Amino acid sequence: MPFRITTSAIDNTAWREALCDSRCGAYAAFEGWVRNHHDGRPVLGLYYEGYAELAEHEGRRILAEAMARFDIIDARCIHRIGDCSIGDMAVWVGVSAAHRDAAFAACRWIIDEVKTRVPIWKRERYADGDALWREA
Amino acid sequence: MSVTVLYFAGLREAAGLSEEQLELPESLPALYAALRERHGFAHGQGQLRVACNGVFCDWQRVPADGDVIAFIPPVSGG
Repeated sequence: MPFRITTSAIDNTAWREALCDSRCGAYAAFEGWVRNHHDGRPVLGLYYEGYAELAEHEGRRILAEAMARFDIIDARCIHRIGDCSIGDMAVWVGVSAAHRDAAFAACRWIIDEVKTRVPIWKRERYADGDALWREA
Repeated sequence: MSVTVLYFAGLREAAGLSEEQLELPESLPALYAALRERHGFAHGQGQLRVACNGVFCDWQRVPADGDVIAFIPPVSGG
């Protein structure tokens, strides 16, 4: 159950294929995309900064916790850092399981944990020229 | 006897650097208090987590020679 930080565009094809397993009847995935607004302010783009070593360590812990908590076969996650444009995929979570309930629940749980625990910070560039570090 | 402190996001911008080498501190709270004073960090200790050598750790951990320490502001990935 790898967790990876990447500085390039996310291609989740190989990540999805890695989850294929004849014991699985369900696959649930979440993609987080860069959107063009925040709190009503137009956003031009994002920069994600990360502490890669700590992020990958904490990310692997989250996936291991998910494996223990839910009846799933595998779980993987990749998060992009660096400059991102509107519409880019910033994060992908994929979960495989025998049945859909566990796949959906684990996928939701993993993305929520990633957003609160993994050391990655978002800096939004606004249309009015301002830029801000978001702190959840 | 020294430690390396890493800065990220808002703390990196406030400090104007991404890392610095410092004399081995007595404790992690004392280290953060001194750095907050020097760099004018807005965050109180209670808003931060702390990591040592690439792993989250307790504020009570006693720093050792060669440690790489990072103070982690609230995160906003995803």
